Amino acid sequence: MPPLIRKGIRIDESFAEAFPMTGSGVVVTAPTRKWALQAATTMTGYATSVIGCDCEAGIDCELTARETPDGRPGVRVLLFGFSPKSVEKALVNRIGQCVLTCPGSAVFSAFDGEAKIKVGDSMRQFGDKWQISKAIDGRRYWRVPVMDGEFLVESQVGLTKKSVGGGNLLIMGEDWASTMRATEAAVEAVHATPDAIAPFPGGVVRSGSKVGSKYKGMGASTNDAYCPTLRGATDSALDADIGCVLEIVIDGLTSEAVAAAMRAGIKAIVALGPKTGAKRVGAGNYGGKLGPFHYHLKDLV
Amino acid sequence: MKPLLFTLKAEPDQRLDLSLLTPDRLVGRSAKEIEGISIGTTRETVTVGDLFKVRLGEATSVRFDGGSDRFDLLGAKLLPGFEIHVEGDVGAQLGRSAKGGTITVAGDAGPYAASQSAGALIDIYGDAGDFLGGPLAGEIPGMSGGRVIVRGSVGARCGDRLRRGIIIVEGDAGDDLGSRAIAGTIIVLGEAGERIGYLNKRASIVLSEQRALGPTYVDCGAHNLGFAKLFAKSLAPESRGASRLLSGRLQRFAGDTAVYGKGEILVPA
Repeated sequence: MPPLIRKGIRIDESFAEAFPMTGSGVVVTAPTRKWALQAATTMTGYATSVIGCDCEAGIDCELTARETPDGRPGVRVLLFGFSPKSVEKALVNRIGQCVLTCPGSAVFSAFDGEAKIKVGDSMRQFGDKWQISKAIDGRRYWRVPVMDGEFLVESQVGLTKKSVGGGNLLIMGEDWASTMRATEAAVEAVHATPDAIAPFPGGVVRSGSKVGSKYKGMGASTNDAYCPTLRGATDSALDADIGCVLEIVIDGLTSEAVAAAMRAGIKAIVALGPKTGAKRVGAGNYGGKLGPFHYHLKDLV
Repeated sequence: MKPLLFTLKAEPDQRLDLSLLTPDRLVGRSAKEIEGISIGTTRETVTVGDLFKVRLGEATSVRFDGGSDRFDLLGAKLLPGFEIHVEGDVGAQLGRSAKGGTITVAGDAGPYAASQSAGALIDIYGDAGDFLGGPLAGEIPGMSGGRVIVRGSVGARCGDRLRRGIIIVEGDAGDDLGSRAIAGTIIVLGEAGERIGYLNKRASIVLSEQRALGPTYVDCGAHNLGFAKLFAKSLAPESRGASRLLSGRLQRFAGDTAVYGKGEILVPA
């Protein structure tokens, strides 16, 4: 079969393999955009991969004052984990330590979902019996007195089990700078896609992993087939013109959101062209046996 | 489609119990069956047909052309998804224990309007009597959900034992506004009488002007409250005045400290 080439960029005959996840989300607002972003950035820290963190989290989008429930600038944050219980624990801990503490913040459910997580209901006791409940439009909120006024938090936050984690793109280029140009363009496109996040630093992973290791007890190790410095020494997947590989991992509230984010990412890479950007796009999988969601690159271009 | 229409033929000569004439109870009934429903409250029998001309219509909506202050218990136990409009006045206990739905009254309402309502949106374009949303004698909680808007004024003890839900009075309120309120929100855009929030446990009472509140309410300063902005946005389509009032900076008086004291009276700072 002839290789798929778009505007001079090679698209691998490959697919991304993704897994079902439990997703939740909140809208965090503050008096200014700066502090809404601060709260969201803090609560999504150390949340790159469930391999080592309690959850995977990221900023979905910024919201203008018109789009938020309380008419203040806000940020929509999405959070993913492997079970509803782990998501609940991670969300409550993160809001308790990172948003409750952040000046001026308030927390609202980002979507209704099939189930609910008790967020305000488990945080209200910080108010030491001074907390006040307010119900409006079928939703309940807690007003918890804090030193800069009141922390307003919705009693329950939506949860969905239809989320998907692990959609990905492998972006391959001649050197770090050109590969990064393509990757940054793709990350921007992924960010612009609703209901999807890229949880790694700036949306990018440079240490893609394979299953297994030469060491005992290590479940994952560096993906040597894609390491350019090992190109001649190992069974490499890289061509002679590839000197750098970066990966974008995508989590989405729905399978459609993950597919849309991957499509948008590929489109941005292709638009940049092989001269300034990447020369090849691939995707990571485990042979198709581990994850039920397969996103074939040929379907996304 | 047009609503099920009741046109009043003559002023009733006794108080009427209209609790049977809610759209959820009239679904699938013929005009003849409806005309046979007894609505009197004395030994003199009165049926719907004696007082109203009935025209069938949409199953979810009922309209009364012509009203009277003898129209008691109108919209009682109304269910979500149904609506009633009255082009005229109504009597006591409008929307009593309503579970949901929408009731609009073009004229005035009598006492105990929205009594123990649990979720209806009740819009009264005229005035309302005493004990708006309150419980009847012997009952513990008052209104427990939904929204009541009175475009005119209300009588005494508005929001008595209010437990949940929002009451908006665009005109004035009588004495003992929010008396014994358990929780919930009451907003008054006009003037309020004496003893505001008397024995208020946890309710929020919002007034449109500063005034003396007595020693059992304690000043907690002026603040921009997040929940008030949320309410302002939600209430804007129904009452722009209430929305504007809640959008501003509010002075918080906590009380009634004679009882539980977790309630508050908010006034523009």
